[in-house]
Amino acid sequence: MPIPMAAPAADGCGISAPDGMNGPVTDAFSEVTRDLLAVRDQRDRAAFGRLFDHFAPRLKAMLMRGGLQDGTAEDVVQDVMLAVWHKAAQFDPHRADASGWIYGIARNRRIDLARRRPLSQPEEMPEVESLDPDAVQILAFQQEARHLAEALSRLSSEQAEALRAAYFDDLPYSRISEMTGLPLGTIKSRIRLGLERLRHELRKIAP
Amino acid sequence: MTRIQHHIPDDVLDTYRTGTLPHAFAVVVAAHLSLCDECRARAEAQDMLGGALLDRTEGAALAPGARDRLMAALDTSPPPPPPQRGSGVFPAPVMAELGGQPPRWRMLGGGIRQQILTSDQDGSLRLLYIPPGKAVPEHGHRGLELTLVLQGSFSDSEGAFHRGDVETAHDAIDHQPVAGSGAPCICLAATNAPLRFQALVPRLLQPIFRI
Repeated sequence: MPIPMAAPAADGCGISAPDGMNGPVTDAFSEVTRDLLAVRDQRDRAAFGRLFDHFAPRLKAMLMRGGLQDGTAEDVVQDVMLAVWHKAAQFDPHRADASGWIYGIARNRRIDLARRRPLSQPEEMPEVESLDPDAVQILAFQQEARHLAEALSRLSSEQAEALRAAYFDDLPYSRISEMTGLPLGTIKSRIRLGLERLRHELRKIAP
Repeated sequence: MTRIQHHIPDDVLDTYRTGTLPHAFAVVVAAHLSLCDECRARAEAQDMLGGALLDRTEGAALAPGARDRLMAALDTSPPPPPPQRGSGVFPAPVMAELGGQPPRWRMLGGGIRQQILTSDQDGSLRLLYIPPGKAVPEHGHRGLELTLVLQGSFSDSEGAFHRGDVETAHDAIDHQPVAGSGAPCICLAATNAPLRFQALVPRLLQPIFRI
């Protein structure tokens, strides 16, 4: 198995974990996060192709759910995946996994399409190569990301649906209510319940 | 640097994240996120949840050749322009509003200066410069006001605010911020209504200075 974490740091970008940490740290990454690190550190096209195969159809589904037409959604997916390629140096496994990072890029593209002016963005953090990698922190973070994904599978289908509406559709709550015919208070409490149930996982991710 | 005590309220952060917050306020939120690890982590944790949902979503079929087109574009598409950087006390989102230039202050009297960055029907955004110990004239609000400290400090009935702190003022709060001693207080303020000054002279000047 390729071990991106232990890649020689000849280019100054590799993360060298302390002895004995390579195995557990690498195992903590999801496959897509490993691929994204290979794109970041080695500009690995095969890994990028795998990212495309995983994310592009899902991103298109998310964007169409958010109201984009088929052709527009397809164009935005191309934009987002190109941004993944060009901005990979910004990906920092101390703070994100591949899915969350790519979701964030797609969400921002979707928002800017709908705004008169692009949404003001926070200052980018220093590039990864200038950070001191902390294998313990990366390991803990990536494990929490997995716990979060597991927590999702424990939600009721109604809670998961309410969350998806909140995260993909960015619809005002009143429209969610219209579509499902449920009273507003119920929708809001479902979103809140879903979030509350996830909150302790999130807290560990973002202490 | 003192720890940031006053953060972006949840409802404002949610509105920012869904992209519906007017520009003037979005810049204040982005500037605070640039300075506050805590709020940034709150926002980024939300992306993690979005990513986990994305992983569990069934994909939609792509147009034929979509993958090949993208792989071919990797070498031909120009990389995005480098992101705006912060400068001095001004984080990147504020420098972007300044067009990458230092502020061009206008005197308001009493040593107080301002630069209006944007102003439209959805809100206005300004930088304010208040000399140490000076009071900003008393005023009331209609609607929402967010004020982020970039340098120095100010205090009012709501507490003391240092670099990175955001004061959130809603309807009907009359407050009288006074700049702390030490460095002049520079802050970034967004409002969705013109400020109403209570002293007579500032009120007359209001249309002229758009404060």
